[in-house]
Amino acid sequence: MSTPDPAPLYEVLRATLRDDRPVALATVTEGPGLGAKLLVRPGEPVVGTLGDPDLDRVVGRDALAELDAGLTATRHYGARGEARERAVTVFIESFAPAPRMVIFGAVDFTAALARAGKLLGYRVTVCDARAVFATRARFPMADELVNEWPDRYLAGVADRLGPRDAVCVLTHDAKFDVPAIVGAVATRVGYIGAMGSRRTHATRLERLREAGLHEGELARVMAPIGIDIGARTPEETAISICAEIIAQRAGVAVPNLRDGAGPIHRPSA
Amino acid sequence: MREVLDDIDRWRTAGHRVAVARVVGLDGSGPRDPGATMVVNDAGEVAGSVSGGCVEGAVVSAALEVLEGTRPRGVISFGYSDDEAFAVGLTCGGTIHLYLEPLDW
Repeated sequence: MSTPDPAPLYEVLRATLRDDRPVALATVTEGPGLGAKLLVRPGEPVVGTLGDPDLDRVVGRDALAELDAGLTATRHYGARGEARERAVTVFIESFAPAPRMVIFGAVDFTAALARAGKLLGYRVTVCDARAVFATRARFPMADELVNEWPDRYLAGVADRLGPRDAVCVLTHDAKFDVPAIVGAVATRVGYIGAMGSRRTHATRLERLREAGLHEGELARVMAPIGIDIGARTPEETAISICAEIIAQRAGVAVPNLRDGAGPIHRPSA
Repeated sequence: MREVLDDIDRWRTAGHRVAVARVVGLDGSGPRDPGATMVVNDAGEVAGSVSGGCVEGAVVSAALEVLEGTRPRGVISFGYSDDEAFAVGLTCGGTIHLYLEPLDW
């Protein structure tokens, strides 16, 4: 069911990407109909055709699944979409919206982490209940600035946070840390890290247990946040945090500060 | 694709035609994942990348041929020991498959 009088397909793709809405583009890269395209958006009619209505239906379904998983891959089909045939090769490219990084606490380290998050392609939100700190002048790089309590903010976006997203708690203050972490573990967010010394975190763990978190939930929290690269400045700390996020997603073992015992800030050489 | 939209807009506004090369597959180790995109205009200007700089020069040549109509759209592959088409390969030893086409859609 392609649209009767479609806009050029690229224009639809471009507009959808500009709006940061999810879209998948299927292209025949080998076989009959070389170059034919089907553009697939959740909840909207498809645009274009691969040349056969059955093939369009099967590829449209697969493209939605790939988009949901954030996957981009080449697949093979029969000329009418048959499985286990290889007459047509289709490249399905997913354009999922940018992953989100939510940083709680408008502190010195926040600007550096927001910049590093942007470098990695995150949509960065800085959230602090104290309006005097969370200002556009201090965080021009943030995509979104929010003056709100962490738990209230997270309750509003909980269904939009998933495995590709990250929550970094830099507030250093139990009054904000505890509701931020409690709110974060209630979501499907892939990474949760919290700043603070080992002693601070030991105290914080007690408060989190009092708040009702069980050990499985506490195990999701990387604290002290970051990996042990001897970071000292806010910028170096941002790299340490981003490295931990990347390594966790990739399932690679790294020297997490959480699992070490030494000082977080080494004396300068 | 997302990262080259501004370049495509600018080029098209200036009346240039554009070719698009996208990574559609990798065998072994490759520097960029499927979906990595490079665009080339008919003046030979380039935006984006499909590898760590290993094959971009050859992709520009092929893209210009596509825009001139002397090469059909389709998959083009570059590998470590590949003698086809171009004497270029990936330093990391893998094979990269690109789909190259004019932006005529």
